[in-house]
Amino acid sequence: MEHVELFFKSIFIDNMVFATFLGMCSYLAVSKKVATAVGLGAAVIFVLAVTVPLNWLLDQYILQEGALAWLGPEYAEYDLSFLSFIMFIATIATMVQLVEIIVEKFSPSLYNSLGIFLPLIAVNCAILGGSLFMQSREIATLGLATTYGIGSGIGWFLAILAIAAIREKIRYSSVPPALRGLGITFIITGLMAIGFMSFGGMLTGGDEETKEEKTEMVSTNKTEEVKEVVKEDEEKIADNIKEIQK
Amino acid sequence: MGLLSKKDAKLITDPLTDNNPITIQVLGICSALAITAELKASIVMSISVLFVLGLGNVVISLMRNIIPSKIRIIVQLIVVATLVIIVDLVLKAFAYELSKTLSVFVGLIITNCIIMGRFEAFALGNGPWKSFLDGIGNALGYGVILIIVGFFRELLGSGTLLGFPVLGDPIGSPETGPTGLYGLGYENNGFMLLSPMALIVVGIIIWVQRSRNKALIEEN
Repeated sequence: MEHVELFFKSIFIDNMVFATFLGMCSYLAVSKKVATAVGLGAAVIFVLAVTVPLNWLLDQYILQEGALAWLGPEYAEYDLSFLSFIMFIATIATMVQLVEIIVEKFSPSLYNSLGIFLPLIAVNCAILGGSLFMQSREIATLGLATTYGIGSGIGWFLAILAIAAIREKIRYSSVPPALRGLGITFIITGLMAIGFMSFGGMLTGGDEETKEEKTEMVSTNKTEEVKEVVKEDEEKIADNIKEIQK
Repeated sequence: MGLLSKKDAKLITDPLTDNNPITIQVLGICSALAITAELKASIVMSISVLFVLGLGNVVISLMRNIIPSKIRIIVQLIVVATLVIIVDLVLKAFAYELSKTLSVFVGLIITNCIIMGRFEAFALGNGPWKSFLDGIGNALGYGVILIIVGFFRELLGSGTLLGFPVLGDPIGSPETGPTGLYGLGYENNGFMLLSPMALIVVGIIIWVQRSRNKALIEEN
């Protein structure tokens, strides 16, 4: 259940593109055609699914505070977490290189269609972002880390697929000249992000607790206001009565 | 302009307008959108990128003749990662609260496409001084957009600038009630603080820029 929850959360609620804006550069640059978008999306899913668990292992057994305890009690004090950027990016760059070599060897046709994108992936913020979010959200087990990697990859894939399909169709619409291309893509992405925000309450059932608190706050404020108004009215009435008595 | 020849000055001024990294080259969008809900965060982010890009460009440019072209991406990543770690530690030491708001986005400067893009496109083929100017120019162009977006989002979203209330006090003292614009019935637009609005604000900036300069209009 934990896995299913994290899986859907990383696809819809914490969608890489719409909630955290990761991987926007390649998202904007490669979304002109559906076919290329699918290629890049698939590559991102694959690389995320491999690098997030790998970096989880690195984080857990080398980088975290006290992570080196398995080497012996005298290493337990070390905190190498300041090295995490460099370690994560090195892992990612190496993995991407490896994937490139493997794909070139076993599937030249896939390599021809993916070839240009693979080096791009090394500098795709979505990949490093996946690892950094995995670290800052303190995901507990290796299995969950893999689920998180695959889930956020699929989320990114869905986003680039959707925008590519829209951009193919938008060619036939009369967009104001200055908005054509980049401008309209930004605004469409913004609208899609607003749409994705509606998934926010999917797993919690709408955050009922916080809403209740807010309504309570509002209602108490209102009763106070009403009391004040009532007091003022009473004073006025008293003044009026005094004047009449005079 | 004793220090800067005309060509050198162009390296700095071009990215500010007609060759802006965000609106024209489409580089470094991720961080530009995610952290611009407050003006302060945008300014700090711009300064961090200025530091990393200016210095990184010089380092890469100095090493450009000894980097084997096959592993250049890894070399570039390591250089950037080192500089970013410095920025991250400095922020954690002197502005801890702010480094919490920026969270992973300081780390993501590493994969900020502006940096890799300028290394690839400029620093690998030019001398250190020119590369330095190019880095500064592009980082400034990036910062300008970040600050414009941050300005509007903070002003319209929470009615403050750099944390100072500029539109009056929404609650006010019990005697006077809300002051300033709020006294006239103005309400903050909380929607501006949500992430989708960043995209739409950048879209509008692009729209304005391209309406002013017709040469930038795309075919489709």
